[in-house]
Amino acid sequence: MARKGYGRNKISIPSKYIFLILSILCVSMMLISFTTDFVTGPVETVAGYIIVPFQKGIATAGGWLTGRSENIRKINELNEENRKLKEKVDELTIQINDLTRDKYELAELRSLFLLDEQYTDYDKIGARVIGKDTGNWYSNFVIDKGSNDGIKTDMNVMAGTGLVGIVTRVGPNWANVRSIIDDTSNLSGMVMSTSDTLIVSGDLELMDEGYIRFSQLIDEEDKVIKGDQVVTSSISNKYLPGISVGYISEIETDANNLTKSGYITPVVDFKKLGTVLVVTELKETMD
Amino acid sequence: MLRRIVVFLMIITGYLLQSTLFSAFTIAGIVPNILMIITSAFGLMRGKREGMFVGFVAGLLVDVFFMNILGFFALVYMTIGYLNGFFRSIFYPEDIKLPMIMIGSSELLYCFICYIFLYLLRGRMHLGYYFIHIMIPDIVYTVLITFILYKGILFINERLEEYEIRRS
Repeated sequence: MARKGYGRNKISIPSKYIFLILSILCVSMMLISFTTDFVTGPVETVAGYIIVPFQKGIATAGGWLTGRSENIRKINELNEENRKLKEKVDELTIQINDLTRDKYELAELRSLFLLDEQYTDYDKIGARVIGKDTGNWYSNFVIDKGSNDGIKTDMNVMAGTGLVGIVTRVGPNWANVRSIIDDTSNLSGMVMSTSDTLIVSGDLELMDEGYIRFSQLIDEEDKVIKGDQVVTSSISNKYLPGISVGYISEIETDANNLTKSGYITPVVDFKKLGTVLVVTELKETMD
Repeated sequence: MLRRIVVFLMIITGYLLQSTLFSAFTIAGIVPNILMIITSAFGLMRGKREGMFVGFVAGLLVDVFFMNILGFFALVYMTIGYLNGFFRSIFYPEDIKLPMIMIGSSELLYCFICYIFLYLLRGRMHLGYYFIHIMIPDIVYTVLITFILYKGILFINERLEEYEIRRS
């Protein structure tokens, strides 16, 4: 019998029952994966071996193609870059002056606190971004290193010197990173100059403009100004201290007159993430 | 069997395109939802059952790589694939209007579900902002991509159907 288009006549369960069964399956998967790793483990492994090789390939090819097209646009870009670099040089010169001043202060303070150089040298491994989020509602990406390379959940991810995000899911050869501009991301930061803490939270509404929001900054003496650097604070329970997040670009006093909030321009350009560094140290917490 | 393999490969290709190529060439930061095009098209072309399965696999892929809990997008895509299946009776392959309308409305439904479950429940109330800046561009872009991809999906499906008729 040749029923058009249907090759399998053996299955005769009505679609609505299959739909019901699959729905129940989905809901139970949600519940189980919310509480345990029972389902996610195997699925992650299988998906990792099927999908990730392709993604790596495409990412490589994509990188090559972008390389080509970049060659064409090279001159314009170089000019632009040159201009930016010059600005950067000025900026950095100012920073160096500040830093040399701070260095003496720091050395002095360190000797007081008996602190080693703990912030600067975390062990990192490089990873390539092989997949960006498939939707417009979240801001995650997939990298090509996983538990086989020693990546664990909650490891911090950086690009250059700035914080990118945190590892949320790990497969054998891939890991998912939630970036700090994602709407669900919250972290505790600190203003470098005054050591005041604040909460940095991603916001979809600001993503296009390239900002992230900060709030709950207590700054009674009005010392924090535009351009101050924000780093991760030492009281954060998942982020390692001292990683640069960005610079304050707008600041205003909240309605309650106690706290301040505003926008931060991140150090990292989230639109052009190619390679990232995963910090292989985990923040040690009490629990 | 061939159909299952081909459709599975199409979903994977769609996912890969969406997560690599189209994420690199976003327009105004918006990624078109190719998995939704595939899910919706199969629901229309092949009915509830296949739309449902395609949606389930597509959603599960997104869940595995991008969500912290498994099953949310699987359920969303599956439901949308299933709902599209109801319109199979008024579907004609030559007519691109119905797929475009259906893919557009599927995407709208998807956006609203995303907004409600991923944003509203966390107290983000600015529906107006999200509607204008995320949903509308998303739908427009996805429908535009439909123009290009629909012919291809239709072609593959027709070849598969021919093959199935020849075999039986």
